[in-house]
Amino acid sequence: MLLEGKRLLITGITTDDSIAFSAAKVAQEQGAEIVVTNFGRALRLTERAVQRLPSLPPVLEMDITNDDHVAAVMADLDSRWGKLDGALHAIAFAPSDALGGNFLNTPQESAATAFVTSAFSLKTLAVGALPLMQKAGGGSVVGLDFDNTTAWPAYDWMGVAKSALQSVSRYLARDLGRYQIRVNLVSAGPLRTVAARSIPGFDHLHDTWSERAPLRWDSTNPLAVAKMICVLLSDWAPLTTGEVIHVDGGFHAISAPAEEEPQPTE
Amino acid sequence: MEKTDIETRLRDVLVTELGLDAEKINPAANFETDLDVDSLGVVELLMAMEDEFGVKIPDDEAEHIHTVGEAIDLVHQKLNS
Ligand SMILES: NC(=O)c1ccc[n+]([C@@H]2O[C@H](COP(=O)([O-])OP(=O)(O)OC[C@H]3O[C@@H](n4cnc5c(N)ncnc54)[C@H](O)[C@@H]3O)[C@@H](O)[C@H]2O)c1
Repeated sequence: MLLEGKRLLITGITTDDSIAFSAAKVAQEQGAEIVVTNFGRALRLTERAVQRLPSLPPVLEMDITNDDHVAAVMADLDSRWGKLDGALHAIAFAPSDALGGNFLNTPQESAATAFVTSAFSLKTLAVGALPLMQKAGGGSVVGLDFDNTTAWPAYDWMGVAKSALQSVSRYLARDLGRYQIRVNLVSAGPLRTVAARSIPGFDHLHDTWSERAPLRWDSTNPLAVAKMICVLLSDWAPLTTGEVIHVDGGFHAISAPAEEEPQPTE
Repeated sequence: MEKTDIETRLRDVLVTELGLDAEKINPAANFETDLDVDSLGVVELLMAMEDEFGVKIPDDEAEHIHTVGEAIDLVHQKLNS
């Protein structure tokens, strides 16, 4: 199995639609042992959602912006496992006035919140996990991106935060490589999750996505994203770091949908 | 399952698991405006309904649930189709 014996920290499960839920499911199916974290009110939903996993993992509280929470979770993992092989960062948040077409009016604090919670937090997680990953002789940190190389409707300051996240992951890759810790992002196409629903006007992307993506796209199925997350958490990408891997049906490689089907080969 | 049984069980879930005010629960009650359930609360409500009744409620169906009565109807329809 791909993740036999791996011990993983999985953040960001709110419902069984969450990308992190699918990742946790595939990870368990592939032999990993996991601990799940979430924060605030979402934690109650997490407790409910994990009951739908193949086996019931421990659920701990960790607000990624609270250093005490992060320290407590790492202490728990240390006494539980004494090491950590991988961590999934599936955390994003932007206040509603930073989303949905309000770009020009977004106050500084809201943009800063989006940045701190969604981008800086990758550093918080990676540095928090560093001592335990050193004990494992190395590790893998995986984050989730929505490719903001170009501007999107409605995505606004969350998009800016995602561009920052890409950059954060490269600097982390630079500084953690010496400990054999890899840091990569999976750039997913649009998926119907709680986070996505909270972005007004993000919805119509779902339809256009499938028209342009050569492999098509199903916004209700995060399995392909989950599988790539698990590959990056495994030993099968040992020299890959600072990378953004697209799992988007190929959307990012195509500029416009074809009006007609290409000619078949003769 | 009869609608009255569904109502009884749903009421129980709403009170014990979601902490809603039993006095205010009736079929006409709107989750958002009458019962103070916010968007995350609605997500929890849907999961609780799925767990309680063993049904799957996809997004497009969930969008039509605004009142307790509509929730009961949806479960009833799912269990009897
Ligand atoms: N859904 C999409 O279309 C899509 C596409 C590409 C990338 N992503 C990214 O995938 C990741 C997971 O999102 P999702 O779509 O599965 O939605 P989700 O709502 O299920 O997950 C987001 C999670 O972030 C958590 N979170 C927010 N603030 C936090 C904090 N301060 N501390 C700890 N946790 C916090 C939430 O509790 C929630 O569990 C996010 O980074 C998101 O930007 C989503």
